[in-house]
Amino acid sequence: MKIIFFLILLSLLVAIGFLAAFIWAVRSGQYDDDVTPSIRILFDDTNEKSINDND
Amino acid sequence: MISITPDLKRKPPETDNSCYHCGEDCEETPVVLNEKIFCCQGCKMVYEILSQNDLCQYYELAERPNISLRGQKHTEYAWLEDSVVQSQLIDYQDNKTSKITFFIPAIHCASCIWLLENLFKFNAGIFSSRVNFINKEFAVTFNHHLVSLAELAELLATLGYPPEINLGDTEGSKNRKKDRRIIYQLGVAGFAFGNIMLLSFPEYLGLNEINAIGFQQWFGWINILLALPVLFFSGKDYLRSAWWSIRQKNLNIDVPISIGILTLFGRSIFEIITHAGAGYLDSLAGLVFFLLIGKWFQQITFHHLSFERNYKSYFPISILQADGQSVPIDNLKKGDIIIVKNKELIPADGILLDGSAAIDYSFVTGEEDKIPKEIGEQLYAGGKQIGKAIRIQINKTVSQSYLTQLWNDAAFKKDSTNTTQLLADKIGKYFTWIILLTAFTTLFYWLPIDVGTAVNAFTAVLIIACPCAVALSIPFTFGNAIRILGRAGFYLKNTEVIEFFQTINNVVFDKTGTLTQTQSQPIHFNGLPLDRVEKEKIARLTEQSTHPLSQQILKFLNIQNNQATQIEQFEEVTGKGLEGFVNNDFIKIGSADFTGNPATPNVSVYLKIKNQNRGSFSIPNIYRTGLAKVIDFFKQENQIHLLSGDTEKSRTDLTPYFGEHLHYQQSPMDKLNFIKNLQTGGASVLMIGDGLNDAGALKQSDVGIVIADDTNNFTPACDAILAAAAFGQLPVFIKYMKRCYQLIFVAYGLAFLYNIIGLSFAVQGQLSPVIAAILMPASSVTIVLFGVLSSTFLAWRLRLTDKNHPDKMIKIN
Repeated sequence: MKIIFFLILLSLLVAIGFLAAFIWAVRSGQYDDDVTPSIRILFDDTNEKSINDND
Repeated sequence: MISITPDLKRKPPETDNSCYHCGEDCEETPVVLNEKIFCCQGCKMVYEILSQNDLCQYYELAERPNISLRGQKHTEYAWLEDSVVQSQLIDYQDNKTSKITFFIPAIHCASCIWLLENLFKFNAGIFSSRVNFINKEFAVTFNHHLVSLAELAELLATLGYPPEINLGDTEGSKNRKKDRRIIYQLGVAGFAFGNIMLLSFPEYLGLNEINAIGFQQWFGWINILLALPVLFFSGKDYLRSAWWSIRQKNLNIDVPISIGILTLFGRSIFEIITHAGAGYLDSLAGLVFFLLIGKWFQQITFHHLSFERNYKSYFPISILQADGQSVPIDNLKKGDIIIVKNKELIPADGILLDGSAAIDYSFVTGEEDKIPKEIGEQLYAGGKQIGKAIRIQINKTVSQSYLTQLWNDAAFKKDSTNTTQLLADKIGKYFTWIILLTAFTTLFYWLPIDVGTAVNAFTAVLIIACPCAVALSIPFTFGNAIRILGRAGFYLKNTEVIEFFQTINNVVFDKTGTLTQTQSQPIHFNGLPLDRVEKEKIARLTEQSTHPLSQQILKFLNIQNNQATQIEQFEEVTGKGLEGFVNNDFIKIGSADFTGNPATPNVSVYLKIKNQNRGSFSIPNIYRTGLAKVIDFFKQENQIHLLSGDTEKSRTDLTPYFGEHLHYQQSPMDKLNFIKNLQTGGASVLMIGDGLNDAGALKQSDVGIVIADDTNNFTPACDAILAAAAFGQLPVFIKYMKRCYQLIFVAYGLAFLYNIIGLSFAVQGQLSPVIAAILMPASSVTIVLFGVLSSTFLAWRLRLTDKNHPDKMIKIN
């Protein structure tokens, strides 16, 4: 049963990894706006023709 | 400086006469294109732009996007060319890219987002753009060599999304950093909470064999490691606030919280080190976690209403100088000559050099009429020029102007929390003393019997006496209430305002713009209806004049500019009327004696065509709908007063409501002093006003409400903003707030119950970590749920709707 020490340590490392990922995600500004993305994903992709391409 | 109001009539009746772009009724003069009708040239123009760029999907995304461009004129953004201004606004710039974030209040629905994020299709110089819907911010990345900032702003204005640019916004990016801190704290606390609980499982399940191998100590040490960041990072703000409060010989709500946190931590460390037990670190992490959720909830409810604008927001931040250069207002010196254009605010006191000035001082005096000024007369800051551009020579810099004196009055410096103590702090004080009393009583009771149990019971009392209920009920209940009120059109600055409302016994009303509507007075034409030709002629004539009545009649006629109409011998007699030959017909329009008519009540403007009376216009003072009900409601329990900067002409209308408590010709200073006097007499005053001229009074009063037809023109001095359309609901709002206040006491009752149960374990020395771990989160969650659900239920019962909320228009097909 002593293996459980090792397993706990490992799981803690994984958990800390997740915490680091969370902090990184917040720092990158992902959570500053959580309303607009929900609307944005529902837009259709029109053909990306813009004035730029009309040369 | 003109911003667009998202049209609050959200769902216009779908008649055949609705404008294809904005949905408003086209009345008698629709503009036609491609078999579609539009209410005005502006709407038609936007449609043309969209269809040329293949963007008609805009119309499929939301039914009638509802941004009416009728009557909207272009705001000039020329001052954005100034490099000093640009450097303050631009987020980033290198050789070929620039980034800027605009504040666009007109963003209100899905199609707005879609259109704005497709802005690159309109101009080759725009790379990409992104909308932040909640903050109504719009970030654009563009090539400043191909498109200038001013052109960008004008493009947005043409499409119906004029950006509103304030000096104050340049400091906005700092707030974003602070908001994130609480998310980090929340994340760490949640992480620790979950993992500590996981490691406390053996303790919960009573697995003693595992203890034999030494798990208990091991897990205990890991728990301590996990708890350290909770204490020093996540809980730091509570500890700091309690410390400051104690130093000021005061006990606020954070003191018992901190006592609880420190005791939990201390006792747990002690138990783990001496192998006496598993400690209470799971409760510690849980307590901090729930408290932070409460704080975070509060923050997200309020943060997109920016209340901290200073007076500079009302002034154009750059002003055009006589030599053609735009300069920020801070740089204005005495002797500088500036040009103030139509509808622009005068930024500093000065002398009129040339141009015909008609200054609207309604911000300063409350007087609605435009005052004509002669060359050489002194003009004051805060006035708006109506008409052609005028040149002014500054004789006082911005900081010394008359308007600023009012703002610097002692009333503004005062902290917004008046002398009435907040409920939470009051209860917090009592709570702390009672807990300490109970704890020490328990200690001294057990001491002679068993020292161990004594210490056990003492710390247990401190731990379990959860002030979290007290700390959480107000943020969640009031926080929810504020959110609900906001949706209904009544925006409170913070939860404290609800508490201030409870003691009000005097209500002071402003007249102009508060009791009366300022926009679109319905004009009535007395006489045989005018035909199209006549309307065109009158319109051409009134177009030449900047007199407010002329402008209103012009708007009322709502007729296109027919270039064929010729005007000769035009003359405007200031303050009296206009006359001229329009297509060889002599038209005279003006006051009674100007047109040679006897004065009749209710008639403002008389019309004579070819020297024959053709009719007249009645332009009434329109009082807001629901005024009678609102006044009656307040009369029942309060003493009401009216303060107006205007002359006495409306006295007869208002005497039935106010009796003798009517005061006219009040300057902003008079209003402020009136309220001060009431307060020294012991009154608690609610002031309802509309803007800058009563700003001092609004701040001085215990609660200040501003009525806004456009909810984006905030007055920093007020505590609440009432959307004009929601004015009639004010009695319901106040009733709602009073009931929510009573709900808090019910919540405290619940908290009391929990504490009794918990204390009964604690004083016996029977408080095990398991019980603590169950009771504390349970009490927190119950209080939160109760607060949120009951306030929502109450709103449903009182039928508070959200029909006035501009953000409601998110529709996706």
